[in-house]
Amino acid sequence: MSSDQNILVKLNKAGFSLNNKWLVKGVSLQVEKGKIVTLIGPNGSGKSTTAKIALGIYKKIDGSVEKYTNKVGYVPQKISIDWTLPLRVNDFMVLTESLDKESIDEALSLTGVIHLKDKNLGDLSGGEFQRVLLARAISKKPELLVLDEPVQGVDFTGEIALYELIKKISDELNCGILLISHDLHTVMSATDHVVCLNGHVCCSGSPMDVAKNNEYKALFGEQASQILSRYEHRHDHIHTSEGEIKKN
Amino acid sequence: MLDDFFIRALIAGIGVAIVTGPLGCFVVWRRLSYFGDTLAHSALLGVTLAYSMEFNIAFSVFIISSLIALTLIQLQKRTNLPGDALLGLLAHSSLAVGLVVIGFLSFIRFDIMGLLFGDILAVTVDDLLIIWIGGALILLILGLIWKPLFASTVNYELAEAEGLNPDRAKAIFTILMAAIIAISIKMVGLLLITGMLIIPAAMSRNISSSPQKMVIYSIIGGLLSVILGLFSSLEFNTASGPSIIAASLFLFILSLLNIKQSIKLKN
Repeated sequence: MSSDQNILVKLNKAGFSLNNKWLVKGVSLQVEKGKIVTLIGPNGSGKSTTAKIALGIYKKIDGSVEKYTNKVGYVPQKISIDWTLPLRVNDFMVLTESLDKESIDEALSLTGVIHLKDKNLGDLSGGEFQRVLLARAISKKPELLVLDEPVQGVDFTGEIALYELIKKISDELNCGILLISHDLHTVMSATDHVVCLNGHVCCSGSPMDVAKNNEYKALFGEQASQILSRYEHRHDHIHTSEGEIKKN
Repeated sequence: MLDDFFIRALIAGIGVAIVTGPLGCFVVWRRLSYFGDTLAHSALLGVTLAYSMEFNIAFSVFIISSLIALTLIQLQKRTNLPGDALLGLLAHSSLAVGLVVIGFLSFIRFDIMGLLFGDILAVTVDDLLIIWIGGALILLILGLIWKPLFASTVNYELAEAEGLNPDRAKAIFTILMAAIIAISIKMVGLLLITGMLIIPAAMSRNISSSPQKMVIYSIIGGLLSVILGLFSSLEFNTASGPSIIAASLFLFILSLLNIKQSIKLKN
């Protein structure tokens, strides 16, 4: 289903160790144009590390990473702006790339924070800041978006809207997205490929495949498995009269 | 006109202030004040080398400070000692070695006070050329690396992930720090150079709302400090360095009045 020219980034048995301890090991995955790949896994399972390997932030890695694009947008898991740095939202938007006013305004409007444009970053709430981070990442119309828990601290309705936006961006810009999330409900409905991490790839595949996997069940519990499969129901398969599941 | 030592000092000071303004902002943003101090301390070694080998002072200070900066980077890779301990080690050992070397050079007459605190009488036309040409080069290079340097100051990983090469920007910035210390040592003296970098920038932070404004106010603050400081140095017959830094402290205190008001407004 994938031709090679659609691949944006590819990890081959990639791993990273710090102080003689493996943070993550043997991860193989690829992100293609227009596809959303989601990393799930418990705390400390190496999700952020995997994202940083894909982004080329970690250089002394095991295995290899091949990156085929330089147009990257990144929403890191945490970012703190020191008081000594007077930085308004508007300044932050053009941090890594110069943009015209229209692109800035458009991105800020999409994530619902255009009214905060002239505010100081330090004065924003957690959720507002998260929306600004997402706006900055999409404003440069990247080919590859890496989103490390992009909706943390965002209110409930905002969370759903932002996930819808992420899906829309993936379709409209035809960009590949590597997403890290804890929210199985909302994310899975839009994800093309799930990689379940626990220091290594414990299982991967479509949300449906992963939900059925025993290792996944052991890691997240039966309930989480049902969440995943429930979402699959609405999308790509039907139940036959014999109770069999048949793909569309 | 350049025959007048005071005019020369003024032109030199203005040149230095224009460069320390933006560099000082980065020193404050990146928390490098102790790093600046370390480079400045090591400058004494550069000066003694310049005297003993009849070398240009600014050039020799630049070489030694750059070497110290590179040594620091190597040390950081090889030990787990915290950064401030390594900085202290380099700062005081290079200062000590510099002073020991001075002891050996008893045949040369040293103006230690002038080295430590600056000496307006010592500014020559050659120094002016070094300050203005060197300063222009520093600003030009800083302008070229501004985007990656600033982005990585905000967040290193963001800059790296989005392809800006922050490591190269940081290495170049380190060299620029060594360069500003080299060209301003005669004006401010090696003990007070970091003050010239930090105090106008800190003053400026209190009154600015964006990075660009902070850089501009920092330059203006530096200029005012130089002019105020040099005139009072002439008036009261004090060393140029301390007078300039004292003037910048005065401006910093003024800027605090402004911030008090804005905090009151918020509450």
